[in-house]
Amino acid sequence: MEQYAVEVKELRKYFPIHAGLLHRTVGHVKAVDGVSFGVKKGETLGIVGESGCGKSTTGRMIMRFLQPTSGDILIDGKHVDEVTRSEAGEFRKKIQMVFQDPYASLNPKRSVGQTVAEPLIVNRIMPRADAMERAAKLLETVGLKSQDMHKYPHEFSGGQRQRIGIARALALNPRLIVADEAVSALDVSIQSQILNLLMELKNQYHLSYLFISHNLAVVRHISDRVGVMYLGHLVEIGPKHSVYSNPLHPYTEALLSAALEPRRQSRRQRIVLQGDVPNPANPPSGCPFHTRCPKAMKVCRMDSPEIQEVSAEHLVACHLYA
Amino acid sequence: MAQPLLEVRDLKTYFVSKESRVPAVDGIDLDVRQGQIVCIVGESGCGKSMTSLSIMRLLPRPRGKIVGGTILFNGVDLLDLTEKQMSQLRGNEISMIFQEPMTALNPVLSIGDQIAEVLLRHRRLSRREATERAVQALTFVGVPRANEIVHEYPHQLSGGLRQRVMIAMAMACEPKLLIADEPTTALDVTIQAQVLQLMKRLRDETGTSMILISHDLGVVAEMADHVVVMYAGQVVESTDAETLFSQPLHPYTRGLMASMPSLDEQREVLYSIPGTVPGAVNFPKGCRFADRCHMAQARCHRTMPDLREVAAGHFVRCDMITAEGVGM
Repeated sequence: MEQYAVEVKELRKYFPIHAGLLHRTVGHVKAVDGVSFGVKKGETLGIVGESGCGKSTTGRMIMRFLQPTSGDILIDGKHVDEVTRSEAGEFRKKIQMVFQDPYASLNPKRSVGQTVAEPLIVNRIMPRADAMERAAKLLETVGLKSQDMHKYPHEFSGGQRQRIGIARALALNPRLIVADEAVSALDVSIQSQILNLLMELKNQYHLSYLFISHNLAVVRHISDRVGVMYLGHLVEIGPKHSVYSNPLHPYTEALLSAALEPRRQSRRQRIVLQGDVPNPANPPSGCPFHTRCPKAMKVCRMDSPEIQEVSAEHLVACHLYA
Repeated sequence: MAQPLLEVRDLKTYFVSKESRVPAVDGIDLDVRQGQIVCIVGESGCGKSMTSLSIMRLLPRPRGKIVGGTILFNGVDLLDLTEKQMSQLRGNEISMIFQEPMTALNPVLSIGDQIAEVLLRHRRLSRREATERAVQALTFVGVPRANEIVHEYPHQLSGGLRQRVMIAMAMACEPKLLIADEPTTALDVTIQAQVLQLMKRLRDETGTSMILISHDLGVVAEMADHVVVMYAGQVVESTDAETLFSQPLHPYTRGLMASMPSLDEQREVLYSIPGTVPGAVNFPKGCRFADRCHMAQARCHRTMPDLREVAAGHFVRCDMITAEGVGM
């Protein structure tokens, strides 16, 4: 299966809850509970969902920042657990990340050139002088000036800092970039600059993106396919046109109807969901969405629906389509 | 037409120190009528929050200063009031809700006590009556199990519930004006939809006027009767919401709308406004948007355009715009 840049199978992450004097484990927060998907080479897969749905945890497991509780992660068709120590470095270089907060993710004591050159130096790809030269070129690639490499993060605006973060991610020529809320902290006029840059770079460097965001319009704009997560589960995934114009899962439908747009004429019928997302330490039985679902049936309270293909490449986990 | 409830004229709020005077709000006008929802929209640093803090007279001390203008509320200039008179008004006739409900609520006071505090301050009520009113206020904003929640603490509630508590507290004394600064920015979309629906219902049922501050044009389109677009401390466009969204005139407003990705249509490349907002320390002397504007002419860089009424009730700060559209 060479066609996926990264593939995850039945990925799970349970965080233990400790309590009491003896620090006993009294339960688990099921942050990610059996998620499977793949990012094809050269595609952008968008993952949307609300806070606590497990989208960031999924991204962090793919980055190997977190060890999965169970499940498989395959990079270029190869299982990450089977990678030998000597290959491990190579593997890490293939995946890079762009973070949400452009203020927190850059070292304030390092010049921007040092920050961007750092991955090249620690991975012993080139000597320091060459690395700094490459850093200067990378800054130009992301729309900054090569002279900027001697400046420090505080001298840049939020949008420019996000460009620096992107330059750093590009340094190692990765195959896949995991972007976790990469434009969420930016103002609208700057957000569109960064989105355009990401799309341009993707074509230029044949990148794949896993683009994690809560913003439905942004995800629609940048993605080829879109996955929707709710309470640790992937409830729907498919080509973006299919998901946005014909949402199958009642949650996707509600999410889309709740998104607000500055075009008054394009208002759709609004579905306002009642209540809050349940606590992932104590998820409901059956379908995780049944407590808020306007279309819940008896079976939804008992059985958790399997994700299945309903139309071409469009999968949904919902008993309505069983 | 009746006198507006709130009339802000030429308000100037500067950050003043020995060495410098930095304009945060630089001469804005704002009218809010009874029962109206006015939205102030703009990006970080445009002065929208400083405008609301000026109205509340809650500017960061000692540097934030109102250096000019008037704020008439019910015909009284708030800037003439003493601090004591002002505190009679705050939470009573004008109240405010903030973006981050967790930092705006007191973590060591129960929900009931926090709401009762407002009522005890402004109404002659016994503690018991105040707590009863707190339960009513919570029920009114759709908080489930209000009887129990009055005894709970902020950390026990979800973000959406906390924001409802904030709204209950702000509405407890039935204010004439509610200022909401990014009330749903920290919330998820499905919860945002609930809170916005609630705010509209409150307006319809109580007739409270609202100033809603947001960076999100989607929220503004949903809520606003009237919209004021701010850029670099100034109003650049002001009109009713229908007109603003169907015929935006200022190049900045148009640029903002074109920069937003859409849920319905696919555009290959998003429009983006080049450059960044100028720093308040050295604003250009001409139009503050000129450096980023695709329509800018030499004179835009030379002279500051006035906010002109180009069509009935439609104000635009741009010399390149006429009622017929873009011209000259």
